[in-house]
Amino acid sequence: MQTKHIPQSSILYLNGVSVSFDGFKALNSLSLDLKPGELRAIIGPNGAGKTTMMDVITGKTRPDEGDVIFNNSIDLTQHDEAAIANMGVGRKFQKPTVIESLTVFENLELALAGGRGVIASLFHKLQTKQRERIDEILTLVDLTQRANEQAGALSHGQKQWLEIGMLLIQEPELLLIDEPAAGMTDVETEKTAELFKEVSQKHSLVVVEHDMDFVRALECKVTVLHEGRVLAEGSLDQVQKNEQVIEVYLGR
Amino acid sequence: MKLGPVTQFLMNDRAGKYLLSILLAVAVLVPLMNLTVPEGSALHVSTYTLTLLGKYLCYALLALAVDLIWGYCGILSLGHGAFFALGGYAMGMYLMRQIGERGVYGNPLLPDFMVFLNWQELPWYWSGFNNFFFAMVMVALVPGFLAFVFGWLAFRSRVTGVYLSIITQALTYALMLAFFRNDMGFGGNNGLTDFKDLLGFNLQSDSTRAVLFFSSAVALMLGYILCRSIVLSKLGRILISVRDAEARTRFLGYRVDKFKLFVFVVSSVLAGIAGALYVPQVGIINPGEFSPINSIEIIIWVAVGGRGTLYGAIVGAVLVNYAKTYFTAAFPELWLFFLGALFVISTLYLPRGVVGLAADLLEKRRSLGAGGGASVQAEPETPVESPQAAVADDSKSSKESEIELSTN
Ligand SMILES: Nc1ncnc2c1ncn2[C@@H]1O[C@H](COP(=O)(O)OP(=O)(O)OP(=O)(O)O)[C@@H](O)[C@H]1O
Ligand SMILES: [Mg+2]
Repeated sequence: MQTKHIPQSSILYLNGVSVSFDGFKALNSLSLDLKPGELRAIIGPNGAGKTTMMDVITGKTRPDEGDVIFNNSIDLTQHDEAAIANMGVGRKFQKPTVIESLTVFENLELALAGGRGVIASLFHKLQTKQRERIDEILTLVDLTQRANEQAGALSHGQKQWLEIGMLLIQEPELLLIDEPAAGMTDVETEKTAELFKEVSQKHSLVVVEHDMDFVRALECKVTVLHEGRVLAEGSLDQVQKNEQVIEVYLGR
Repeated sequence: MKLGPVTQFLMNDRAGKYLLSILLAVAVLVPLMNLTVPEGSALHVSTYTLTLLGKYLCYALLALAVDLIWGYCGILSLGHGAFFALGGYAMGMYLMRQIGERGVYGNPLLPDFMVFLNWQELPWYWSGFNNFFFAMVMVALVPGFLAFVFGWLAFRSRVTGVYLSIITQALTYALMLAFFRNDMGFGGNNGLTDFKDLLGFNLQSDSTRAVLFFSSAVALMLGYILCRSIVLSKLGRILISVRDAEARTRFLGYRVDKFKLFVFVVSSVLAGIAGALYVPQVGIINPGEFSPINSIEIIIWVAVGGRGTLYGAIVGAVLVNYAKTYFTAAFPELWLFFLGALFVISTLYLPRGVVGLAADLLEKRRSLGAGGGASVQAEPETPVESPQAAVADDSKSSKESEIELSTN
């Protein structure tokens, strides 16, 4: 394995990452550099490789080539999903994925940072502190009223919020969030953007989103992906003026 | 006001409480009605019925074991009959060695079938089985070890769904073929039979049979309590999470394979114990117990009873086997059709099984005659497919000691 020059203090550094499915290059020598505490929006047309990029970072998909370095030193391609999650990388899926037959409270309890072993969970007792932490998150994602309802009964937007809550309660250093605003009302979308900005005070975030109003509200650097590569990077206004980007979005 | 964890646990689970009370009553009354009530009396339970009911209890324990993995963790094992049979064989080997000189050939060491095959000495894997304690350890260890190795390989390579079901079926089929062979040393297709006594007690005597019945009922109760505590713990909620959203569980940082392995091994040990209790009551164990159809039947018991409730599995096992006893006597050729129909009907019309149906009916009655009922409290079950059986017993005021239970 060659030692590439890793930029100083990156929370996440992707270099030349390629993934192909049956010869089709979903990621084509993708590079990305995220600083600690950074909030980054990723946009791109359908099939650009946004979700695949998250799959690679979280250990779901092994890249054919390239480096994925977390916290300057850890090569994420060498670890599996659970290990990467425990290192402090949290992920929200594109399709909201909560545990439908458990209650909202129980969903958060499972996500709560702490012991992940078999025997530990057999004898686990919820501490007062942990319960308070869950209540805190419930308030944050506005689900206190529904804490004891089954998560399957929530609306699409509420499931999104619950999943975001599950992500936050894991206390990851890096949060990867795939299309959080889908299925949310305008008010919810606005609130979500506010929440992410607040969260980015302490954590690093990568947010994939199609909703441009939402991306604008995040007020952050934007990376445009297309055909598995970075097409443009900069402020939203900058990339929206970019000729290539306009072509990709309007040319189809 | 502080209740012990066990009391709390039992109080929290209404259906389970009924189940355990019924089982306790059955465990005590049925043997008494067999042993002390004179034969002419209407209350007399014949030894035949006692043995039959004892068999149902063993099946119920087996169904419980399957519900633990299928109902709660989504592992559809179509080979659980194998673990049951292995536990049965371990018990059978002990019983064989108890026969001693009383066999047809009168060989003090070798069981009859080995003498018949002209074997001169006992195979190494038969040694130790003359010791009851050793044999009982093997009853748990052999199925548990096989489940561990099998599960370790399958779950680590993330074999799931239909593929897992198929290889479990292949496992039991392969074992069946192996056990059919005479040179395996387990009696070939005749299996192990002609047992005389267990710990010195004659297996034909009514009192031994009563004790075996009682033991089966107690094993079922303990099995239920064990499964129930697993399901109520955080581990149980992780299992449900694996069932509903395996990838999500992984990204939460849980090693899904280890959780599956744990529960698969526990389940196979329970199945082994069920088999060990079954064999002395029916008096025989043969390779037919490994047959794939047996394993499929277990799934039907659980589906009919109601998957993901534990007590539903027990109800299903007893109901279906009662039907089987009736049908195979009255219309033997129809049984398989009936079984197939039962499966289709329960899948299409009773996704939550008989207990789900009962719950719905009770629910309806309750809402019709509203206001009358005393404490309207839903059971804290975790239904597979119904969001309506929500959890009712949580209140903001719940004390800290109750948190763990009330959040379920
Ligand atoms: N497991 C897979 N097998 C085969 N092809 C795949 C697989 N996963 C993704 N792809 C393909 O890779 C390409 C990139 O997919 P990806 O899901 O990363 O896109 P995306 O940018 O997230 O799109 P969207 O905005 O629609 O979510 C698509 O063409 C997709 O069909
Ligand atoms: Mg996507």
